[in-house]
Amino acid sequence: MAVVAEAQFHVLAVDDSLMDRKLIERLLKTSSFQVTAVDSGSRALEVLGLSEDLTSSAAVSPAHNEIEVNLVITDYCMPGMTGYDLLKKIKGSSSLKDIPVVIMSSENVPSRINRCLEGGAEEFFLKPVQLSDMKRLRPHILKGKSKEQQLQQEEETSNTSISSNKRKARDEELSPERRRPRLSNNSLI
Amino acid sequence: MSLMALREQLNVLVNSMFLEGLLDQQFRQLQMLQDASSPGFVAEVITLFCEDSERMLTELTKLLDQAVVDYQKVDAYVHQLKGSSSSVGAQNVKLACIQFKQFCEENNKEGCLSALNMVKHQYYSLRSKFDTMLQLEQRIQAYGSEQQN
Repeated sequence: MAVVAEAQFHVLAVDDSLMDRKLIERLLKTSSFQVTAVDSGSRALEVLGLSEDLTSSAAVSPAHNEIEVNLVITDYCMPGMTGYDLLKKIKGSSSLKDIPVVIMSSENVPSRINRCLEGGAEEFFLKPVQLSDMKRLRPHILKGKSKEQQLQQEEETSNTSISSNKRKARDEELSPERRRPRLSNNSLI
Repeated sequence: MSLMALREQLNVLVNSMFLEGLLDQQFRQLQMLQDASSPGFVAEVITLFCEDSERMLTELTKLLDQAVVDYQKVDAYVHQLKGSSSSVGAQNVKLACIQFKQFCEENNKEGCLSALNMVKHQYYSLRSKFDTMLQLEQRIQAYGSEQQN
């Protein structure tokens, strides 16, 4: 059941411009990604199963069909929640922090780029995003996946020697709702 | 007109637009993204761009018509317009927006008004050629579906 064979990776794209959403969607699909495109940071958090006023990863109701998000690509300049704000929320969430985040911007501002990279963004793409930029996404997703597998292996091998405190933490970690970022099918645009 | 002749006409049109600086390499990217699974992609993007742009030009005209201009709002719209023209490959429109942004930052009303006129001029020149392009595209696509019948 946990085989990650030739599964298509799922990217959540966030941009307030309809045109740019169409573009990024096409770029991603052409590069064999599954895509969900939303128009704001708060929508993105909703579909990731994270409510804005909770910092913990409250899981979406199990009745929903849940899909994994492997990478978030977001515009920087958006009204309300900026791409940077969204980045911080994702990295500040225990269940979502390992999802790679890429920021896009039409402006080449070094201080902005640094701020995003320091905030945990994997990459910064200058708009308009090119087809060749899509190749840079997969390595970040695979890096995250191998980290996940490593964590799993470490936990399995240290099975017998964990103190009761650690065991409690590990059990929480392994709880399926919190393990992976989930995308609720019903709230897709 | 034959399919081949239509395609030729479209190519000539698009090439001339590149030569005149109306379009830049980003438009080539869009063309590359259109394929059998997404045959209307370029037309869709062009249509969205035109709708977006006209909406913003209307807003900008209203904003600059005020006695006291809200330059922050003006800047926000120009930024958006610059972004969409960049995404579609509308080079001259994008360049005109960059000029516009400059005047906006200086809170220069006269400059903004003249820049807005320039953006409109560039946009409408492009728009008329886009219209022709879309018509040709439609006729080419129609050939494809006719052949299937």
